[in-house]
Amino acid sequence: MAERMREPLVNAVLVLALLIAPLTAVALDEPFYVGLASRVAILALAGVGLNLALGSGGMVSFGHAAFFGLGGYVAGIAALHAFEGSAFLAWPLEIGGSESMIVVWVVTLAVSAVVALAIGAVSLRTAGVYFIMITLAFAQMIYYFAISLPTYGGEDGLSIYLRSSLPFVDTGDPLSFFLVCYALLLSALFLTHRLVNSRFGAALQCARMNPERLATLGIAPFPVKLTAFTLSAMITGLAGALFAELNGFVSPAMLSWQRSGEIIVFVILGGVGRLFGPVAGAALFILLESFIGGWTDRWQLVLGLVLLSVVLFARGGVIGLLAGRARHD
Amino acid sequence: MTDSLLGPLLELQGLRKAFGALKASDDIDLTVLPGEIHALIGPNGAGKSTLIAEIAGGLTPDAGQVRLFGQDVTGWSVAARARLGLGRTFQVSSLVMEFSVLRNVMLAVQARSSGAFGFWAPVRRDARLRTEALGVLDRVGLTRRAGDPVSALSHGERRLLEVAMALALRPKLLLLDEPMAGLGPAGTRELTAFLAGLKTETGMLLVEHDMDAVFALADRISVMVYGRIIASGSVAEIRASAEVREAYLGDLHEAPSC
Ligand SMILES: Nc1ncnc2c1ncn2[C@@H]1O[C@H](COP(=O)(O)OP(=O)(O)OP(=O)(O)O)[C@@H](O)[C@H]1O
Ligand SMILES: [Mg+2]
Repeated sequence: MAERMREPLVNAVLVLALLIAPLTAVALDEPFYVGLASRVAILALAGVGLNLALGSGGMVSFGHAAFFGLGGYVAGIAALHAFEGSAFLAWPLEIGGSESMIVVWVVTLAVSAVVALAIGAVSLRTAGVYFIMITLAFAQMIYYFAISLPTYGGEDGLSIYLRSSLPFVDTGDPLSFFLVCYALLLSALFLTHRLVNSRFGAALQCARMNPERLATLGIAPFPVKLTAFTLSAMITGLAGALFAELNGFVSPAMLSWQRSGEIIVFVILGGVGRLFGPVAGAALFILLESFIGGWTDRWQLVLGLVLLSVVLFARGGVIGLLAGRARHD
Repeated sequence: MTDSLLGPLLELQGLRKAFGALKASDDIDLTVLPGEIHALIGPNGAGKSTLIAEIAGGLTPDAGQVRLFGQDVTGWSVAARARLGLGRTFQVSSLVMEFSVLRNVMLAVQARSSGAFGFWAPVRRDARLRTEALGVLDRVGLTRRAGDPVSALSHGERRLLEVAMALALRPKLLLLDEPMAGLGPAGTRELTAFLAGLKTETGMLLVEHDMDAVFALADRISVMVYGRIIASGSVAEIRASAEVREAYLGDLHEAPSC
């Protein structure tokens, strides 16, 4: 019984710490740390997205930066056209920019879903290393496409001069913006929790562990995996839109393979397939980056060592270390 | 429609499959009729499992036709054939190791009732799935093991779980690939009796090395050697056939296969 309660406890502490940190920072008048907490929440959200594909579905996507970056560009392009008062599309339908965060989110979710369906439909015909490589290849294509778009800043990227707005919330205020990101993170966690434990989740886990068995029962694994991949991409895309708004900037770097690798690192650090793993992973990553990174340029070396020990000694990542092995039943 | 009720459950016509120079299925014709247990016997490497895979849809034949319940399903996927009413067990148990015994069967019940659909309600507490899955486990005598992880099951219990998962699909035709293998004499007797009682529910194609079980259960027996069906007939006919003795039954007594 005590063992059973440990993971929820660890999760609760983690989520509370992420909330208390920026509140304390505001109280102590240290706004820098509010931004840092927002970064953690956003990157954790990106990881929660990937974890659905990688952890639950066994799809090691090395191309999730594609969705992260697309979200970023949706935010950037919406802001640019709103700022200029110009049109994104003049014909057959006139589409301009938008200052509404809700619009940015909805468009991001739609764009991520459409692109993920296309990428997934091709990539999921392969498995293993080929799947890793083909998702990487797709992300690289989008990366170079973004570089070749002078209208939207090409290699230099695009500045967002004015953060989009939400009703009743001052998104320009760092703490309010953090709370928005935090709320989305919690919603995504709740959503994936329901999903993974639903009938669909059971089929998805079987598709990962024994696809032949699933097919024999009459459920084709392919559409199950494609659905999970698409939902996963939508969550990571949403994180990308928030990330661009946080930084007031989007560039092809958000689409780069390094970024894809980072999102994988969040998932592995936290514990593959553990619901709150990406929260722990992203928090640890950002802590290492800002504190050891502030102290020496070689913080990546430390990250490498931490990652190595997680892979070698703690398969369940940080969550596994704190809460014990995952339960199966 | 009446055709599918009166005609054979399964009909193979001229099925061929080669692995390089090896003819694993060499012009196979075979039927399973409603209410029938058709046993398929033959020495190791004869091509029995290959044939099962072609019927289930995991392997595509080079030539020939697979008809299930009157429909040509030759190009169909594994999942589509299962939904049509085809259940199977694997020669090497194929289960979801990380799930409990109950959840394996619940997944099968779910597959039949709603597929992958259902994105919100917690599946573990799904009373309808649980009740039905427990009922199936009770039939094969695994109720006691419901909460255990599959990895804790003995070999024999895994074989029974395979049968339970196939039954949970309420199949019209069941493909059984050596279900008795490794069960031991008592287990084999129990499963033989159980399968005999199942005949009213579903037709069966039974691949089995245990001759006592085959002779006790089969309505018809086909003998496969080197990818060909060399004889087909009633239990008495197969027992009496000199050709079969020579090709198969004879050396089975000298070197029983596993
Ligand atoms: N995918 C494959 N590629 C190449 N050869 C194969 C393949 N599958 C089976 N074979 C070969 O085809 C022949 C028939 O194999 P199969 O497994 O169908 O035999 P079987 O009758 O089921 O034997 P057993 O009684 O040992 O289970 C064997 O010689 C086997 O090595
Ligand atoms: Mg075999």
